[in-house]
Amino acid sequence: MKRYETPPEFRVKIDKDLCQRCKRCTMQCGFAALSYSAEEDKIVADHHKCVACHRCMVYCPQGAITIERNTHSYQDSGAWPVYLRERVYKQAATGGVLLTGMGNALEYETIFDHLVLDACQVTNPSIDPLREPMELRTFLGSKPDSLEFDAADGNYRLKTYVAPQVRLETPIVFAPMSLGAVSLPVQLSLAMAAEMLGTYMDTGEGGLHKDLYPYARNIVVQVASGRFGVFDEYLKVAAGIEIKIGQGAKPGIGGHLPGEKVDDQVAATRMIPPGTDALSPAPHHDIYSIEDLKQLIFALKEAVEYSKPISVKIAAVHNVAAIACGIARAGADVIYIDGFRGSTGAAPTVIRDHVGIPIEVAIAVVDERLRREGLRNRVSLIAAGSIRSSADVAKAIALGADAVAIGTAALIALGCRVCMKCYTGNCSWGITSQRPELYRRIDPREGSVRLANLVRAWSHELKEILGALGVNAVESLRGSRERLRGVGLDKNTLDIIGVKPAGVGY
Amino acid sequence: MNETYASEGRIPSGCAVGALINRGGSLISGTVIVELMSLMRERATDLGAGYAGYGIYPDFRDFYAFHIMYGSGAAQVATEELLRASFRVERDEVIPTRRVEAIRDQPLLRRYFVRPNPVAMTEKRIKDEDEFVRRTVMRINADIDGAFVFSSGKNMGVFKGVGFAEDIADFYRIESYKAYCWIAHGRFPTNTPGWWGGAHPFSMLNWSIVHNGEISSYGINRRYLEMFGYKCTLMTDTEVIAYLIDLLVRVHGLPPYLAAKVMSPPFWDEIDRMDDARRETFEKLRIVYGSAAVNGPFGIVCGYGRGMFGLNDRIKLRPMIAAEKGDNVFIASEESAIHAVCERPDRIWNPRGGEPVIAELYKEVAV
Repeated sequence: MKRYETPPEFRVKIDKDLCQRCKRCTMQCGFAALSYSAEEDKIVADHHKCVACHRCMVYCPQGAITIERNTHSYQDSGAWPVYLRERVYKQAATGGVLLTGMGNALEYETIFDHLVLDACQVTNPSIDPLREPMELRTFLGSKPDSLEFDAADGNYRLKTYVAPQVRLETPIVFAPMSLGAVSLPVQLSLAMAAEMLGTYMDTGEGGLHKDLYPYARNIVVQVASGRFGVFDEYLKVAAGIEIKIGQGAKPGIGGHLPGEKVDDQVAATRMIPPGTDALSPAPHHDIYSIEDLKQLIFALKEAVEYSKPISVKIAAVHNVAAIACGIARAGADVIYIDGFRGSTGAAPTVIRDHVGIPIEVAIAVVDERLRREGLRNRVSLIAAGSIRSSADVAKAIALGADAVAIGTAALIALGCRVCMKCYTGNCSWGITSQRPELYRRIDPREGSVRLANLVRAWSHELKEILGALGVNAVESLRGSRERLRGVGLDKNTLDIIGVKPAGVGY
Repeated sequence: MNETYASEGRIPSGCAVGALINRGGSLISGTVIVELMSLMRERATDLGAGYAGYGIYPDFRDFYAFHIMYGSGAAQVATEELLRASFRVERDEVIPTRRVEAIRDQPLLRRYFVRPNPVAMTEKRIKDEDEFVRRTVMRINADIDGAFVFSSGKNMGVFKGVGFAEDIADFYRIESYKAYCWIAHGRFPTNTPGWWGGAHPFSMLNWSIVHNGEISSYGINRRYLEMFGYKCTLMTDTEVIAYLIDLLVRVHGLPPYLAAKVMSPPFWDEIDRMDDARRETFEKLRIVYGSAAVNGPFGIVCGYGRGMFGLNDRIKLRPMIAAEKGDNVFIASEESAIHAVCERPDRIWNPRGGEPVIAELYKEVAV
């Protein structure tokens, strides 16, 4: 039997009395942790392979399966947490870089959870969103500082040119997730939900599959360092174009989609031979400076004849405020900022857990710096990287975001259990797998309804929050840090994000 | 101004607002606006009131009339030194007041009729007189401790302080002034501002504003204004509205109607139903000026020399009634106040939320 470096993380328990040996669980598990033993007439678990994705548990008709954390003991050590010891065993055995999926898993303080929202009492009335209009419509794109009108007999004709905008019926968009990282049914679910909601999904860097073309009006297409799937029609059909510079889960790191995940449809969409590794360089090799970025922005604008906004997506790093100002000056219409909790399909664990800064801080300093530089109207800001609830949406907007993007939350809506094994391609829920028997588990019609339900629920909650705040349009919350107070945040952090401590009035 | 008051933060207030204009430019005695305001005593307190009159200084119509309150002699010395360096001071006098039992702790109140000194303007590289005056006023108010310019327009003046509207009127002898347009305010703050400069109207150049309400979007309105170089030193909602109007109308050149539509924008539902041309106008107005939308309950009246406009928040969370009789137009928080000074108006109506009531002098009237 194979000797494992570390004990299993989880234990799969099967209730012998309940189990009917239907073997459904053995088919459900993408990781081959469960098998049927004919000799013993029972389901046998290889605990080492279990990732606690719950697929078998959810689909067991008898409810016979439970998954428990393996409670094996190590000697206590404050200096050497168990996970670090286990990583040393693995690396000593392999000499390799440890990979992972999803977002930062370390327990950093979450600033969102130390921010509280205001509400109206007496002196100004709160507004009931069930009885009064409550507006979430948001436009992403570059705005001029002022407008000029010609007045003629009571009518006003607009004279000022306003750059193209993307219209959102709610300030929540779907984060970029490429075909290859996620499966086609996931992308279809996102696209169909985006159409239902009046928002958009983002292709990520893997190109636009032909099945997604009917939804192109609700799709932003990405141009990343690998240039996968980029051609003129791709740019022309989309609602907007995004240049991907970085990702919150792995700032400064490129991408590597292993050849095993590049099946025919991924290959056709990315425009590479099937079975070859799809490598995205860490930087764009035609962008080594801000002026190079400007050239790419304008090359894309020229390609689509200035008909749609160009977004630039960056990871939140220490100098994010100055970088964002440069991007605004380079002509971007939208800046997408991905905080250090943002997710990924695959990244070195050390990068995911230790590089970048929280989105709360990043969005606040970028918004403030853009205002001081007189650039805030020129760009819209999207905040991403662990937007976990409608409260986070409201707080991100109050800190200065025009809209937020959700990736992990959307995948959780489709069944994801955050097992962090996306990079294996074995996802039992069919989300991050290119194995047809697995990805067929996602029905885009059902998936899109679940996604639309989630975003609608959050939008309703956001309306409740706005109503309590006594405002009836989301633009009255945008950048209004006066409506936030900090609880248990240190003075430096409060100063940096421009929020007063709880107890201070207006 | 005195920084200690700013540190108290924003104080929400309810209020009475009242205004009237004669569109033919005929002058109306101050007693009329005082009577209109006295009907709404229930809405106010003794914690602040004020009046703005347009057309009150016909002999000095080409001079900027600075009304300044001083907390100390030192503040007066410093301010006058600055004024003499930048302006030709035509006249310099105490603002006439009378002793009123209820009015206490008044600051030193002086007025100056001035013209910008062209040399000082050249030195500062400012070509526009209004802009020169605006910057001087903001500088005095921000930098000179104990000095506050509360009126700086031409042929108009603001009179305000801590007290009931009737007592403030008595104190400033409002009955002795005649104006073609009056704007007035009585205040009901939640706690004592204790400072004369905090009373309404709030005024800059020819603009004056009275305001009833609390802005729930203050945080973003203020940060929006800061992008255009405005410093909100008073920490009042009214200051924010005043600067917004200044930015939209004077700096960006929007007509008052569109400025009102920026502050109280139509709902997207309404915009979606408009014809193409109007939809283009109002959609872009909201897209570009979203951060200038004033959200939360308010009723304001804004005077700007050639006229005035009244405006409510778009779901009308505060009262405002308008009436017309002949050349006269009235706006008040309560209908009874209008009836007190205007028998049988030709038309009296309840303006819809977000629909501005604009009343201007007839085109041919010179003032």
